[in-house]
Amino acid sequence: MGQLSGPTDPTADAHWEHQQPRKGFFTDTSICIGCKACEVACKEWNHNPSDGNLELLGSSYDNTGALGANTWRHVAFIEQGQERITEARESGRALVNLGMPGIGPPGAAAPTGPDLAEVDTTPPDTADFRWLMSSDVCKHCTHAGCLDVCPTGALFRTEFGTVVVQDDVCNGCGTCVAGCPFGVIERRSDGTAVVAAQREDQHAEHPAVPNVGVAQKCTLCYDRLVADEAPACAKACPTTSIKFGNHDDMVETARERVAGLHAQGLTEARLYGANELDGVGGTGSVFLLLDEPEVYGLPPDPRVPTADLPQMYRRAGMAVAGMVAAAAVAFLGGRA
Amino acid sequence: MTHSEFDSFRPPEPPRRRRPGGKRGTGRRDSGDGSREMSMVPEPEFTSYYGRPVVKPAPWGDEVAAYLFLGGVAAGSALLGLGGQLTRRPALCRNARLSALTAVSLGAAALVKDLGRPERFLNMLRTIKVTSPMSVGSWILSAFSVGAAVSAAAEIDRISRARLPLGPLRTLLQAAEGPAGFEAAFFAGPLAAYTAVLLGDTATPTWNAAHEELPFVFVSSAALASAGLAMITTPVHEAGPARKLAVLGVVGDVVAMRVMEHRMDPVAAEPLHQGKAGTMLKWSERLAAAGGLGTLQGGGNRAMAAASGLALLAASALTRFGVMEAGLSSARDPRYTIEPQKNRLAARRAAGITGDSITTAR
Repeated sequence: MGQLSGPTDPTADAHWEHQQPRKGFFTDTSICIGCKACEVACKEWNHNPSDGNLELLGSSYDNTGALGANTWRHVAFIEQGQERITEARESGRALVNLGMPGIGPPGAAAPTGPDLAEVDTTPPDTADFRWLMSSDVCKHCTHAGCLDVCPTGALFRTEFGTVVVQDDVCNGCGTCVAGCPFGVIERRSDGTAVVAAQREDQHAEHPAVPNVGVAQKCTLCYDRLVADEAPACAKACPTTSIKFGNHDDMVETARERVAGLHAQGLTEARLYGANELDGVGGTGSVFLLLDEPEVYGLPPDPRVPTADLPQMYRRAGMAVAGMVAAAAVAFLGGRA
Repeated sequence: MTHSEFDSFRPPEPPRRRRPGGKRGTGRRDSGDGSREMSMVPEPEFTSYYGRPVVKPAPWGDEVAAYLFLGGVAAGSALLGLGGQLTRRPALCRNARLSALTAVSLGAAALVKDLGRPERFLNMLRTIKVTSPMSVGSWILSAFSVGAAVSAAAEIDRISRARLPLGPLRTLLQAAEGPAGFEAAFFAGPLAAYTAVLLGDTATPTWNAAHEELPFVFVSSAALASAGLAMITTPVHEAGPARKLAVLGVVGDVVAMRVMEHRMDPVAAEPLHQGKAGTMLKWSERLAAAGGLGTLQGGGNRAMAAASGLALLAASALTRFGVMEAGLSSARDPRYTIEPQKNRLAARRAAGITGDSITTAR
């Protein structure tokens, strides 16, 4: 049993013979244009069936809804007015002034950023309305809840430090679905790609959907990585909003980018998942967000449930002792 | 008292309410100057992405809740079986062993049925993973089932007056019967408790917040349910220990549930009191109390004992279905994920811990 929480290198912990640097995404939502090329490229490459009935969800341009068994990239659209923009800017500024995170030993020369309290925060081009677009994806956590709780070993850590399901091993128990603090992994429930009623005949001829009843999620295009190719979504992204590379470089790029945005007065910019001291040990997919994470449907303080597992086993042990003691008392107390 | 032509477009003011129990806070008086009119600022509310859930509910149906119940019944029955075996109560021993095998078989079948790929159920035993309560639980369930099956087979052979076509295996079965009872009882406690760890070790807000006390709730529920079943199946003169176990289980169940609700995050505890889950858990407590009282008052009367046992079984089933439903509904509403997380993050920041947030400025 490896380490359950805290900073670590999952690639090294997986003990592969041929060790590769940890790979990851940096999704810079400040330059996302919401074209959904990543969603399409992902579906095409991975042969993922469609979700739902092509309904309009009434959530701006997002008719995909959420990440799931069939959707491994999901572009979120959020429309915001002046008031919300100001709030985002304030919450970002508060974050800057927290002086976080401390990297390295405490007390060491932690880089203290500029105090942005006095910076002119007049936004350059989004005075009273903005449209946030963000392409969400599996986080490939350092401490992955789904991987920890998988009973069959179907989920495994690849040599690239990513988390992948083996379709032929998973028996669809669904534990990983509840184990993911980000709501990413899901059991594929429906084998039919139902579209419009009139086109039923046409779609009846489509090939059967693979891997029904099995947990599915982003593999970070494992099949492409082993061939030294970038994942489909990153390759398709026209604005380089989705960047792919070695995880360390991605975090470095993200830090430079957020510092640059802050220098422009965009204090609402912040990183999500770049801190290895957080509840999941840092994520493999790092994001640059322009508002609080929950606005994008991301949890504000995720924690891998397995971090508390030793304590849970201790409590369960005490409960077992109590149950046995109760049974003993029931029998030893003389014949009633 | 209309001052403006636009007043008619205002939403109606809420009716003025008088707080029972006197004034609160600074006791601002209504001076009739409009200072008490409804606020034009919207109530502060948590933000979410179009109200969509953040975490996904486990794809578990009623089968899994039924397994939580049946696994508990099997576990407690194995303990009663061993007790009966050791204190020479043949009827109690026989009934408890048969109950354990029946319950664990039904439970395992329910679990397999709930899998996305039931034909791959044996993959559960493909590996042993300590970090996965489901893996640990699968091994516990398997080990328990062996003991429960052997000891129950011996009972079935005895009931059928050695008509089972066992041949030379009969002597082996008779020799293994006693140790098998011990083996099943050894894994009984873990079988009753691991399901609580299984639920606690998830990102489902209500289950995760309950992880400290849920094992105590589950073992108590297992004890009272199995004791209830023994009170139904077994004549009163041999069911004395079952009655005591029932009462201890009821006390444990009610206390552990109360402590759990008290110690949990208050927001994450809400689903335990709302909707279907709230109703089930309320009735679970009532039935447990009724069953416990019935056992204490009329446990010596066969009919009364059976009625109490039935109430206890129902109470345990409602506990499991209620906890299951509360967790699933907490995952469906983003509020239960976001609010407790925001609160704990703010609390850590207020305490000066600023280095462990997933959101960072650099």
